[in-house]
Amino acid sequence: MLSINDKDLGTPTRDSAKLITLEVDGRAVTVPEGTSVIRAAALADVAIPKLCATDSLEPFGSCRLCLVEIEGRKGFPASCTTPVEAGMKIRTQSEPLSKLRRGVMELYMSDHPIDPFECKAGGKCELHEMANAVGLVHVRYGDDGRNHRHVPIDDSNPYFTFDPSRCIVCSRCVRACDETQGTFALTIEGRGFNSQMVAGQHEHYIDSECVSCGACVQACPTDALMEKSLLEKGRADRAIVTTCGYCGVGCSFKAEVKAGTRGDEVVRMVPNKDGLPNHGHSCVKGRFAWGYATHPDRVKRPLIRKRISDPWQEVSWDEALGYAAAEFNRVQQKYGRGSVGGITSSRCTNEEAYLVQKLVRAAFGNNNVDTCARVCHSPTGYGLKTAFGTPAGTQDFDSVAAADVILVIGANPTEGHPVFASIMKRRLRSGARLIVADPREIDLVRMPHVEADYFLQLTPGTNVALFNAMAHVVVTEGLVNEQFVADRCDAGEFKQWREFSAGEHNSPEAAAKVTGVPAEKIRGAARLFARGPNSAIYYGLGVTEHSQGSTAVLAMANLAMATGMLGRPGVGVNPLRGQNNVQGSNDVGSFPHELTGYRHVSDPQLRADFEKVWHVAIDPEPGLRIPNMFDAALDGSFLGLYIEGEDIAQSDPNSQHVAAALSAMEIVVVHDIFMNETAKYAHVFLPGSSFLEKNGTFTNAERRISRVRKVLPALAGKEDWEVTCALSNALGYPMNYNHPSEIMDEIARLTPTFAGVSYEKLDRLGSIQWPCNDAAPAGTAVMHVGGFVRGKGRFLITEYVATDERTTSRFPLILTTGRILTQYNVGTQTRRTLNVTWHPEDVLEIHPHDAEQRGICEGDWVEVTSRAGAIALRAEITERVAAGVVYTTFHHPETGANVVTTENSDWATNCPEYKVTAVQVMPTARRPERLPADRIIAAASPSAR
Amino acid sequence: MDIHHLVKMANEIGGFFGSSPEHEVAVNSIAQHLKNFWEPRMRREIIEHAHREDCALTPLVREAVLRLDQTSRPS
Repeated sequence: MLSINDKDLGTPTRDSAKLITLEVDGRAVTVPEGTSVIRAAALADVAIPKLCATDSLEPFGSCRLCLVEIEGRKGFPASCTTPVEAGMKIRTQSEPLSKLRRGVMELYMSDHPIDPFECKAGGKCELHEMANAVGLVHVRYGDDGRNHRHVPIDDSNPYFTFDPSRCIVCSRCVRACDETQGTFALTIEGRGFNSQMVAGQHEHYIDSECVSCGACVQACPTDALMEKSLLEKGRADRAIVTTCGYCGVGCSFKAEVKAGTRGDEVVRMVPNKDGLPNHGHSCVKGRFAWGYATHPDRVKRPLIRKRISDPWQEVSWDEALGYAAAEFNRVQQKYGRGSVGGITSSRCTNEEAYLVQKLVRAAFGNNNVDTCARVCHSPTGYGLKTAFGTPAGTQDFDSVAAADVILVIGANPTEGHPVFASIMKRRLRSGARLIVADPREIDLVRMPHVEADYFLQLTPGTNVALFNAMAHVVVTEGLVNEQFVADRCDAGEFKQWREFSAGEHNSPEAAAKVTGVPAEKIRGAARLFARGPNSAIYYGLGVTEHSQGSTAVLAMANLAMATGMLGRPGVGVNPLRGQNNVQGSNDVGSFPHELTGYRHVSDPQLRADFEKVWHVAIDPEPGLRIPNMFDAALDGSFLGLYIEGEDIAQSDPNSQHVAAALSAMEIVVVHDIFMNETAKYAHVFLPGSSFLEKNGTFTNAERRISRVRKVLPALAGKEDWEVTCALSNALGYPMNYNHPSEIMDEIARLTPTFAGVSYEKLDRLGSIQWPCNDAAPAGTAVMHVGGFVRGKGRFLITEYVATDERTTSRFPLILTTGRILTQYNVGTQTRRTLNVTWHPEDVLEIHPHDAEQRGICEGDWVEVTSRAGAIALRAEITERVAAGVVYTTFHHPETGANVVTTENSDWATNCPEYKVTAVQVMPTARRPERLPADRIIAAASPSAR
Repeated sequence: MDIHHLVKMANEIGGFFGSSPEHEVAVNSIAQHLKNFWEPRMRREIIEHAHREDCALTPLVREAVLRLDQTSRPS
């Protein structure tokens, strides 16, 4: 069911410069060529009854309700499948049309309750609205005929139900699954009266390949497919546009809210049709997994304790903030100004991250601020800024529609960035070629209507060798875009790089020995990429979380520049950001060496600009990064930390080291919505607000700034930005804002790339991609058009250096990590939703050969031991991973995946090398405490019990 | 700070910039990287280490750290 107040134009928009003018019921309307008659009519405010047509799906022409008369033509064509023509005169209302439509509706309603009170949507479904529109009040056929009322309801999905008796077999759900989501999980089975929609191989939804994106539920025009939350709570009375709090796609949603006896409550989240990142689509997390916001585990009162072994005490906000401030002051007086710091989060808004870094720089008086991007995409920042001048993705998401060749490396979009994956799959189904480079056979390698031309299953840790070999092919086979390079890149550096790349040690034959990828495959992939004409790179943490993460980003930049794949739609180097606001938290100055807009703190003029606004001197030296903070804590020189929205004890590598560092600190303040692993080491807990409880902005992976709007009151009484302001005030540095819009105004005043951003403009345009300033008042979709931001593009030599993390006879396997569709990051949110239905625990994927050698059977408990520690989890035997490689996810704290990861890190940024850990895997008698699946599900969503 | 860790990090920085065919560029790039990204107490410790006889830095990185020491001293 569409969101309340959404207008459905019947068929999708068409892009054409040629405009066609026609007449609908006497009203002139002009539309792009290729537009359907039903859409043209809707644009002229003439509503034609319809059921199988909807503007998110291609026209189907099956319901026979949208019939019209066209002057000069015989019959009654379906307006959804009839394209407009110049001078057409359309008639949408006439006696014959009314008779036809009523007849059609009567047949539909003969197998459906006509009484709106029997409709689960209270008569607000499209079927009843259409019955009303065509004036059908009575069905002549009675109730005695054959019908589908006996068909059982499929209640298996935790979030929605399918009632086949209410299905009109319009195929909207099937088409949504095919066209919008690209999973092809649904079909219409049988013929005539026996036609029915089925999931998978006639299975329950939960057992089928359905990914629970909800596109079918949204597309359904009846009450057959409905959200359980809507059935339970009833129709909402208003909708508020906001931005999803999960991954870096940053989907726009309408939060549908209803006033109830216990106050406002969210009824459902419906993806926003006008949302530019997602175009009305969503995944199982964004659409359904928001129940954590009201989970009983939420902490609603501030807590303090003197020692981490003491029990928590509930206190007032004033007492908690006063205690925290006094402790920070005490530590600084005793150990020095640089002995404290803060960590911002990519789960928090731009405004909140800006305030935390401002608090550190202005109230603490140092630059010891860092952000969780340190452990994910900091190499992206370093690499892209060095090569191009801007540490951000070069394209908008829609650019992929113009790509001829797509290279996906170290990313698993269908699991980690599912909505963008759907957009990408649409392009692949329409003919784009695909190269996948990954140690693990991700779904994109082969799935319905998508198959990679090249799957380069490389050994973890060898990305740079692979890129260098691709570059070797480009420079030795005459595939360099000489004009692009001559016009736009540093000639001297390019000459050196060309010589380096041509070296025999970079040949595919040499790289094959390192990467494990056959030379011919590397050559074929390089040729395909270089010839484009438009080739785009999409990458994730499988590139960055390595000891050569920054080198790999630079190598990708080299490859894109050498082949001229930058500066227009369809190309580019595109990081897929893990969390919703990785880009934004970096943009607003969360790194210890940079103020907003990625400008180094050593710049005296820059500091002067900030000092004028902040009224305080800014330290000109870079501060500590997160791993440096831990080292300094153990050294006794860093003893106080304010952490907003991050669970470093779970998410950072070598957990024992992190725990020891946190234990050594004298004041740890955790500001979060749940009592997380890090809070075990905290002295003050400040309760946070979820994305539904605050105002602000998120910036997604395509540099798109979108509004986060307050939907519910803050459970703990304060929005997060208010908490940081209060802490700063308690520390003695005044921060007084009335609304986050004032914080954004300050960011815009101080940051040239944000100069044109304001809440007023965001409300007007919907979203803005930075840079947004006088040169680009509406923002910038594609970067580096006509030239690089830094001037000439830089080619740096990217010698492959093997990681220190070597396999040995003691640790013969390589462990690499990733994520799964239904869970998010360390699971703080998704583990408190019914998403645990699909993933109640992390498992270890192991190749059959490695399993057999060790006597491991499917589902066995195994111990994974590394140089850093040991964990136990269940084995899943699969050929997705190559022999010699094992894989797990890190969503459940019980797994403790980071107990085994080491402190190796990227040479440039200290981003941890999560993706390569030498391990041994052996069967174990150890049985870690785990709740049974039904209890995990019950605990995840108490209201569902 | 754990000097072994700092030395490892510094040598890895040298591992990247050491690929430059021009020695001066490599030395300056390493020194600049340390200046741009290392907090002063880390720089102090690595500089102190570079002056030791049992210095574990690679020759290239040691040269860069000593240059960093020279350039960061008040003139």
